[in-house]
Amino acid sequence: MAKELIKGNIAVAETALRVGLVSYFGYPITPQTELLEHLSARMPDLGRAFVQAESELGAINMVYGAACTGHRTMTSSSSPGISLMMEGISYISGTELPAVIVNVVRGGPGLGNIAPSQGDYNQMVHGGGHGEYHLLVLAPASVQEAVELTALAFDLAEKYRTIVAIMMDGSLGQMMEPAELPPFVPLREEVPDWAVKAIPGKPRVVLSSINIDPPAQERFNLRNELKWQKIRRDEVRFREYYLEDAEYVVVGYGTVGRIALSAVRTAREKGIKVGLLRPITLKPFPVEAVERLVPQAKAFLVTEANNGMMLDDIRGLVKGLKPVEFYGRMGGVLPYPDEILDAIEALVKGPLTLEGDPRDRWLAVLEQKIGVGV
Amino acid sequence: MTDSDVKLVYQRPAGFDARTTHYCPGCTHGVAHRLVAEVLEEMGELHNTIGVAPVGCAVFAYNYFSFDFVEAAHGRAPAMATGIKRTLPSKTVFTYQGDGDMASIGMGEIVAAAARGELITAIFINNTNYGMTGGQMAPTTLPGQVTTSSPKGRDVERQGYPIKLAEMLATLDGAAYIARRSLHDARSIRQAKKAIRTAFEAQRQGLGFTMVELLSICPTNWGLNVADSRKWLADHMLPFYPVGDFKVNPAINAAGGN
Repeated sequence: MAKELIKGNIAVAETALRVGLVSYFGYPITPQTELLEHLSARMPDLGRAFVQAESELGAINMVYGAACTGHRTMTSSSSPGISLMMEGISYISGTELPAVIVNVVRGGPGLGNIAPSQGDYNQMVHGGGHGEYHLLVLAPASVQEAVELTALAFDLAEKYRTIVAIMMDGSLGQMMEPAELPPFVPLREEVPDWAVKAIPGKPRVVLSSINIDPPAQERFNLRNELKWQKIRRDEVRFREYYLEDAEYVVVGYGTVGRIALSAVRTAREKGIKVGLLRPITLKPFPVEAVERLVPQAKAFLVTEANNGMMLDDIRGLVKGLKPVEFYGRMGGVLPYPDEILDAIEALVKGPLTLEGDPRDRWLAVLEQKIGVGV
Repeated sequence: MTDSDVKLVYQRPAGFDARTTHYCPGCTHGVAHRLVAEVLEEMGELHNTIGVAPVGCAVFAYNYFSFDFVEAAHGRAPAMATGIKRTLPSKTVFTYQGDGDMASIGMGEIVAAAARGELITAIFINNTNYGMTGGQMAPTTLPGQVTTSSPKGRDVERQGYPIKLAEMLATLDGAAYIARRSLHDARSIRQAKKAIRTAFEAQRQGLGFTMVELLSICPTNWGLNVADSRKWLADHMLPFYPVGDFKVNPAINAAGGN
């Protein structure tokens, strides 16, 4: 298939449809809306289900029902809408159902704005809904990668009977880039045994997130944790750039990872031995990839479009053995390559320290830069 | 007496599992469950049906029916049923919800499902209180009615007025059949069964959203015995919540049920 120039949101929608999406339920919210619009036009023509729900709460619960049938289903939204979906995310997880959720993250908190952000990292990676559950979280850095991860998301969701979240950001959703989309696959006829199907002669199926007996709930949760252990082992994905001889390690994901790559390349041209680790699965996190870099690294630089959410995870993995610094922008502002380059050069210039909190040093830099008094 | 002399006049419907009820003595949930099971059996739909259970006293409804069931979050049964029906349009799909579930926390979902003309049937149990959590004020609690969260009686000035859901949903073009019946005596129960049949027939005909509200008793939380509960329903609920058909799509083929 040839490459075509396509917008991120539409590429994800079209890919989902081509890999066998049977039903879609969503609600308009910028900067995600083109995804919903594209499917509103395409799904009915193919005889598949499309519902513009009354709210994100409605949408995620429609996904919950559709997921019970064992057919491929998806919703998409942006940050405030994802907050509303947290109820359903917990229930779907508590019923062990496969579903795909796309979060085209925008600036927050609150209504915030419609600009690109990574402020939902903690909500997606470390929970947000109630109870113990895990989402698989994929973070593409280009439209092409969003296409590939969308196809992968459905496979992983079914393989592990789990929600797979694709965490994009407003710029990736809105940006047009050349990308090659997968070919159409025919819809699968067979339905898994665990799904409700109401077919005479098949055993009765009841799907519920209730375990009214606490020991039964604990056994369910344990089984889920063991499943997650397997996912942690088998499904970690990341990309490494210029890391073989790197003395300085930049860690960034999604669009910010891509911006960081520009900064890393410029720094390399200046003779700085710096490389980039770009996590693709934010959950499961590339733990070993980070740990492997600790001995060779003089220092780490974490960069995000938030207030340092992945920073906490990286600090946990580096365990104070090497300095970890942070550079981020917040509220719908992305860091520019030259800002990340400045942060890399600050590492090289030193002095490096294991003392104090990198967040304090970053706040001092940012306050100087954008100048607000408390 | 030989076996041939024995005439079976009453038995567990095929739509029920052999299981002991968790409902309180005298509760009409069991009656409502049975009516749904009988109707689906009579329509030959038992093995073509998926039910959606609510949060509330009927949270374990799926334990009693013999066909596929799912369990929704509080109030979200109409959304979940939508997801199922849109994916499996040849199946009969229904929700079974109480008054807190449908008329309070799930108001958005039920109104939107009705407006979309979603081809599902909602069975709505109105017993004027939150039963499972111990009898708090519901959106359907009558003016002046004492509950554990309106201990001096529902004061409409401070706590608002009850919602007449059947009348409200009947205003929506997507609704094909909206009816209210009562479960307080045998005659009413027979009429309730007919309404449930009509609702499922209309769903099968693809005419739109269908809902049957069933006025029910809650002896435990009302603090009354069963006989007095039935009388309380007749004396207090029926005047406020009149039984009747509030929306009937003229295309409904009533031959099966009425």
